[in-house]
Amino acid sequence: MDLFSNLALGFATAASPWNLLFCLIGVLLGTLIGVLPGIGATATIAMLLPITFQLEPVSSLIMLAGIYYGAQYGGSTTAILINMPGESSSAVTAIDGYQMARKGKAGAALAIAAIGSFFAGTVSTFLVAIFAPPLTSIALQFGAAEYFSLMVVGLVSSIALAHGSIIKALAMVVLGLLLGLVGTDIYSGTPRFTLGIREYADGLNFVAVAVGVFGVAEILRNLESEKTRTAVITKVSGLFPSREELRAIVAPVLRGTAIGSALGILPGGGAILASFASYTVEKRVSQRPEEFGHGAVAGVAGPESANNAGAQTSFIPMLTLGIPANPVMALMIGAMIIQGIVPGPNVATEQPALFWGIIASMWIGNLMLVILNLPLIGLWVKLLTVPYYVLFPIIMAFCSIGVYSVNGNPYDLYAVALFGLLGYGLVKLRCEPAPLLLGFVLGPLLEENLRRAMIISRGDPSVFVTRPISAILLLIAVAVLVVVFLPSVRRKREEVFVEED
Amino acid sequence: MKALLASLAAALTLATTSFASAQSFPERNITIVVPFSAGGPTDTVTRLVAEAMSKDLGQQVLVENVGGAGGTLGAARVADAEADGYTLLLHHIGMATSATLYRKLPFDTLNAFEYIGLVTEVPMTLVARKDLEPTDLKGLIEYAKANKDTVTVANAGIGAASHLCGMLFMSAIETPLVTVPYKGTGPAMTDLLGGQVDIMCDQTTNTTKQIQGGTIKAYAVTAPERLDVLPDVPTGSEAGLKEFDVSIWHGLYAPKGTPSEVVDRLSKSLQAALADQNVIDRFAELGTEPSPAEDATPAALKAKLEGEIDRWKPVIEAAGQYAD
Repeated sequence: MDLFSNLALGFATAASPWNLLFCLIGVLLGTLIGVLPGIGATATIAMLLPITFQLEPVSSLIMLAGIYYGAQYGGSTTAILINMPGESSSAVTAIDGYQMARKGKAGAALAIAAIGSFFAGTVSTFLVAIFAPPLTSIALQFGAAEYFSLMVVGLVSSIALAHGSIIKALAMVVLGLLLGLVGTDIYSGTPRFTLGIREYADGLNFVAVAVGVFGVAEILRNLESEKTRTAVITKVSGLFPSREELRAIVAPVLRGTAIGSALGILPGGGAILASFASYTVEKRVSQRPEEFGHGAVAGVAGPESANNAGAQTSFIPMLTLGIPANPVMALMIGAMIIQGIVPGPNVATEQPALFWGIIASMWIGNLMLVILNLPLIGLWVKLLTVPYYVLFPIIMAFCSIGVYSVNGNPYDLYAVALFGLLGYGLVKLRCEPAPLLLGFVLGPLLEENLRRAMIISRGDPSVFVTRPISAILLLIAVAVLVVVFLPSVRRKREEVFVEED
Repeated sequence: MKALLASLAAALTLATTSFASAQSFPERNITIVVPFSAGGPTDTVTRLVAEAMSKDLGQQVLVENVGGAGGTLGAARVADAEADGYTLLLHHIGMATSATLYRKLPFDTLNAFEYIGLVTEVPMTLVARKDLEPTDLKGLIEYAKANKDTVTVANAGIGAASHLCGMLFMSAIETPLVTVPYKGTGPAMTDLLGGQVDIMCDQTTNTTKQIQGGTIKAYAVTAPERLDVLPDVPTGSEAGLKEFDVSIWHGLYAPKGTPSEVVDRLSKSLQAALADQNVIDRFAELGTEPSPAEDATPAALKAKLEGEIDRWKPVIEAAGQYAD
């Protein structure tokens, strides 16, 4: 069978000592930069591009890919340990992962994240191998109307992310949407809400906002008084998850993998939704939704699997069409072009060793990551015993360097400071930052696709219901709304809210 | 991290610049600022050239991406940089169009830079979704005129190459079509592949592989002659559209006041880089070729920039679309 000979070719390529070495370097580097808050895979890959000139194309792409999914692993480490997500996907992990860490279960949270990611990575690698071409044609069915409806589903579901009052969650989503409006209107070229600052012409930087509202706010909160300084967790009960915990993550991991794989294929920003969507689903199907936000294992396992699965399947549009699904994929395309391989629909047939080698290396890389990361958990957890007065200036320094490295834009640092204060205010007002971030990420996509769909339909709004995929997505959104506002569910939510006070 | 290093390097520059003499140039790393994000076509062109220039200059030539505001942020960065030849700018046709598109630029386009030379002129291709009915450019023009309320033209945002080329196509056929902007070429190409939009005009660097793979249809290239990589695609004038001539030219600039010996040295190095076989090969795969040595000169770039500002001013003003 073709698939087996292709996979055999892929593994033969990826398992050559040289390529194994670069895969290892990639995942190591990726883990490292993922752990350093703020420094993202995009900046690292951009920095390393010149080095890749000297390498074989396969080796360099294997290494760059390793950095990318390695960073996804590492990013969850900081989200769990110090509530500092570096990517939109790990913002969700921070919600329950950090709560687990505060309860002394940092090791278990890290292990769950690693195991979930590995499983998801394995499954989605095979999905890429088997279904890449047919999945691509489905992804191409997604036009502006479909993306708009998908974003509506995402936003409606985001209310479930909050574990406080619905009104506050809604307010946060709307605030996020408004922040997302900052920047240039792509249809008219008019700058909006930039205060005349040209550095904000492309909008606020996601990393700056996330580091501010999550990380800096958390540091400020911790510095309030000795008593509430909880980031230092001296008591760590067990590095590995208990048997019950392992049993409890099986279903969330499976669901997360399915959600992440499906959404990752969409080149227009589907992967962003993966971890948020998985969290929402887990909270809905959970027997004890009140645990979410207080250290629910499913709230770590599901989104982490979804995020890793999405990271793998986002290679599909790049490999089969030469279309970048995110900035990292754009860099990979740049790296390929510099190597003399122009990505396009023919890469799989013209460069089979490269195509299948990258796919095989993804699985090898995931295996390396889990082997690397499980023993490292003890080390990471030890990090938490570093006195906080030493730890927080280091965190701040790395955040600042990381945020600056994204665009070399000093205004991003001002944004970190401002959003740190805003985040602190939100903590005091008991508002959740996660819905804000989701609104911030999805708002621009929502607007862009709404307006594009309307332009293409010449102002006829019926496209959203006459196109089947779009109509189904809108029905899902309505269903989610009904569930949220159903009396019994509301009562449960209010109970949760009372418990919190 | 790279940005940090760059700022450290900039601080060092301030301290040592007065001692550096033009004869010994270059004594340390040179940074070329690309005013777009890494991975895009301009970035790729720059990295290829930078690598070849490193060989010639004997010093590492680094690439720094300072994206944002249609390339004007990166250009402003270089306009303000130390005029010692260690900070350069590689910008495309946007250098000329932003002079009109942006009414409040923080620099004076014609007086803020020294010219080093033209790098390459990338031809454009007029492409369409693969199931669009017309089979040739003539048919396409008739089709567009007959269906001007429904034919959609994708572009990668205001000021992008595809935006300029789309405007030029519509003005050449004297028919306004439905313009659909995207955030970058990637998403625009995705929707073209998916048949969500009808036509687009973009650089060969973005379209060649898709045309070769048969996922999109090509009607014309905007080059004087057919391209080696796309031998079946006619030129605009062959296909009957003479006014449709546009290329995305790239130029290398230094801040105003850079010593002329340094500019000459850089210009020589650029010419050497453009004669490098690896650069020629990679450019060819992208459907373009390096500028000939006589164009990789300060005078040629100056003339190009001035001519292009004058050429695009009326087109942009007629469209009435500004970016600020």
